Amino acid sequence: MSRLPTPDRLALRARYPQIFDRPASARLATPVVLLLAVGIFLFGLVDLEFSPARLLAGLHQLGWISLMMVPPDPGSSLPIYLQALGETLSIALLGTTLAAVLALPVSLLAARNIVPSAILRFPVRRVFDTIRGVDTLIWALVWINVVGLGPFAGVLAIAVSDFGSFGKLFSEAFEGADRKQVEGIRASGGNALHEIRFGLMPQVLPVIAGQVLYFIESNTRSATIIGIVGAGGIGLQLAEQIRVLEWQKVSFLILMILVAVAAIDWISGKLRFAIIGSRAVA
Amino acid sequence: MTSAVSTLPAQQLAALNAAYRRAVARKRLHMTVGAAVFCAALIIAGIGAEVNFRTLFTYFGNFISYFDRILTLDTGARVWTDVGEWLWGWQKWLWMLGETILISYVGTLMGAVLAFAANFFAAENTSPAPWLRFLTRRLLEFARTVPGIVFALIFVIAFGLGPMAGVLAIAIHSTGALGKQFSEIVENADMKPVEGVRATGAGWLSCMRFAVLPQVAAGYASYALLRFEINVREASVMGFVGAGGIGQELVVAIRKFYYSDVSAILLMIVLTVFCIDIGTGWVRGRLFGKEART
Repeated sequence: MSRLPTPDRLALRARYPQIFDRPASARLATPVVLLLAVGIFLFGLVDLEFSPARLLAGLHQLGWISLMMVPPDPGSSLPIYLQALGETLSIALLGTTLAAVLALPVSLLAARNIVPSAILRFPVRRVFDTIRGVDTLIWALVWINVVGLGPFAGVLAIAVSDFGSFGKLFSEAFEGADRKQVEGIRASGGNALHEIRFGLMPQVLPVIAGQVLYFIESNTRSATIIGIVGAGGIGLQLAEQIRVLEWQKVSFLILMILVAVAAIDWISGKLRFAIIGSRAVA
Repeated sequence: MTSAVSTLPAQQLAALNAAYRRAVARKRLHMTVGAAVFCAALIIAGIGAEVNFRTLFTYFGNFISYFDRILTLDTGARVWTDVGEWLWGWQKWLWMLGETILISYVGTLMGAVLAFAANFFAAENTSPAPWLRFLTRRLLEFARTVPGIVFALIFVIAFGLGPMAGVLAIAIHSTGALGKQFSEIVENADMKPVEGVRATGAGWLSCMRFAVLPQVAAGYASYALLRFEINVREASVMGFVGAGGIGQELVVAIRKFYYSDVSAILLMIVLTVFCIDIGTGWVRGRLFGKEART
């Protein structure tokens, strides 16, 4: 029977110094980062007033709440809830459309291949970034101050916060477009506007349509929560029922949201496929 | 001058032209119908959302003047003329911003750990049993679809006011979102190493540890960092429902019309979000090289 040869460690060390004698900084990097991560985590637990007793008491409470949630029951408010759900879907659709319509021309200014001057592009991009840095809920609060409580404030909040995201996404779509068509238009005597309309738009519109559909989908989720601050839709009902501890109604509302989101996902998935074709999958 | 392009006889050309016109007409019809359906949906939505353009035009001045007001100090001067007065509460606000970041950090880490535990069961190629995969996927879907702030509202009642509710809400939402992304990475992993490890007689756990994990760990870290970025934004509004962080201060300032405070807090939030975005981008670049940034 043959035996494996015993490794000659010293010879191996001498032959592969870069494996055996890595500098201390390289060897220590991973454990130090891990220790730091765990340390901040523990500090966070202490600083944010986590305690096992509170956690247990809370879980106990949560268990009771979940028990009281079954069976989901809308009581007599089903028509109101359905109306609120319709309002939510309307907010998402209108807000996203408004944002897309407003963002399309502005995003041209932020695309490198359309506006070559960095001085012009930079402020537009920063405006988009700033708008995106502020959460939809904050915009909702601001708009409530301007147009009053109600779903209209929600539409405007979604429109503004998506304006930032769309501006960035659209300008990236423009930058990703092929130059050749644009050059073709220029060679046949088109001006700058012709280049955009006939050279860029046909390439970019399907991409943009896909993104808008995706945002309608994700805004259905956002629109369910802006009601919490008073900007209309199903969130208003949900926040109210949670505050008065009507748990059966709460669970019914959550179920409604889940079903609505799933339905919108399905529809927009189909539409996206129809618009962009199988390219969307890749 | 003779043309280099040969023209077809008129009869053949007529047939081709007719076919072209039909194709264009069909496309136009599709476009028109689509646009009409979309417009109808918009009008219905407009009625449903009580859109009133007269309100908008009447009050649009308010929107502009709102920004005028939040950029004006009580004394009537512009905010940037007296930065000390504008950012009078910067120590308190910085502290609360720190708390916000901590909430999102702890929440993201908890969510990442839970998602890590769940994702091998949810992935098509590694799940030990179909029923387990179905169950895990539905659970993750639930955690992902219910908005974080709804969880926060419920947790505030169960766990009491304070950052703990916010952390748990963010943790659950991150579990759902990361669980899906993680399992998608696992589904894209190469299965040959798994076969190799299994051939040595290893169990399921060893297969995951030694064959799958080395392939996917970098992707996990990248998605977790992205999620942290998103969660900082999310945590900045958790205070609206009493779940800790800077949102509490902001909602008080907005509701009580402390105009210059609103702009000061917003400025600090936006700057923090910028810094976090740049910081995580830098870390991702350091960790995974240039290709991870795309």
